Amino acid sequence: MAELNTGGKKATPRVDMTPMVDLMFLLVTFFILTTSISTPQAMDIVKPDKDDNNKDNKLELKASKTMTILLGKSDKVAWYMGEAGASAPTIESLSQVEKAIIDNRKVADASGVKGDFVVLVKPTSGSNFKNFVDIMDELEILKVKVRQIDDDNILDNEKAFMKEKGIL
Amino acid sequence: MPRIKVKRTSTVTDMTAMCDVAALLLTFFILTATAKQPEPLAVSTPSSTYEFKVPAENNATLTIGQGKVFFEVAGQKVRARTLELIGEQYKIKFTPDEVNRFSVIGTFGVPVADLKKFINMPGGDRMKPGVQTGIPTDSTDNQLNNWVLLARKATAEVNQQPMRVSIKGDSKEEYPVIKKIVDVLQKQKVNKFLLVTNAEARRK
Repeated sequence: MAELNTGGKKATPRVDMTPMVDLMFLLVTFFILTTSISTPQAMDIVKPDKDDNNKDNKLELKASKTMTILLGKSDKVAWYMGEAGASAPTIESLSQVEKAIIDNRKVADASGVKGDFVVLVKPTSGSNFKNFVDIMDELEILKVKVRQIDDDNILDNEKAFMKEKGIL
Repeated sequence: MPRIKVKRTSTVTDMTAMCDVAALLLTFFILTATAKQPEPLAVSTPSSTYEFKVPAENNATLTIGQGKVFFEVAGQKVRARTLELIGEQYKIKFTPDEVNRFSVIGTFGVPVADLKKFINMPGGDRMKPGVQTGIPTDSTDNQLNNWVLLARKATAEVNQQPMRVSIKGDSKEEYPVIKKIVDVLQKQKVNKFLLVTNAEARRK
């Protein structure tokens, strides 16, 4: 049988695959990184039930163990302990409220009154979505177990105070 | 004394097998990755340290930004069933072809009256600015309420699972806008929400 002879030197059939492997792994790395980043995280929140007929909906809070945080304009918050009007609220920027929460919790825990330390978050019309998420996140980080969101019952004296200080 | 002969081997290793493995991995990752849907309403979500993944199924996402609300429910079968239920509610007849087209549309924000026209648009036109004006949430014509209610019903029928509601709000959105939407949901006794956020590294 006649053989096809191209003549000359026999070229080696071996191709250098190294750059191709490099490229492949680069792509694999890229895909792994991008897929894990794009999954969004979520914050699980519960709002109080609005059904007035349900008797279980009324929750009694201890004044000495309740801290109310009002979210206002330009990333400012106003917080006070206990009942509204009993003590003047303190105005702080949202990023610094962490210390106040820790201090108040210490005082509340040391008082010996039964019950958990409660934080009541009241987002007012001046605040934005980011403020709300930030404060909820802060409470999660500080492991404040009992936190309530109340955007319906913003009291008149709270509004008046915030207006006066220019954060509503 | 005879010298020990050391056999010289070539330093070139055969990369073919390695290349095969890499190609296989690459193919696997490309196929398993879900393509990012184009979003008609771009929002920048706030960041939080929560580590809870947004569920891929049995979930409806409300995108809130620029005072508008857009809606999306997960799962093609659920979407198709939701559209049928909406059709029944508003006395609009959707053809099977329209239902199919709707089931692949992700986030949308058009009033029900314009829905038929919107479904029949070519995909590129849907994303044009001004086409999607948001879902009406006024108390007189609360279509968002119906979308959520019927999506819950559809999820329960198709998957036999309760539906979760996620809220994807823009960081700069004012709280009253969010509250208005949340109030609509609370009327349906949906009191648990997922707020979609970006991941953030935990301090300390």
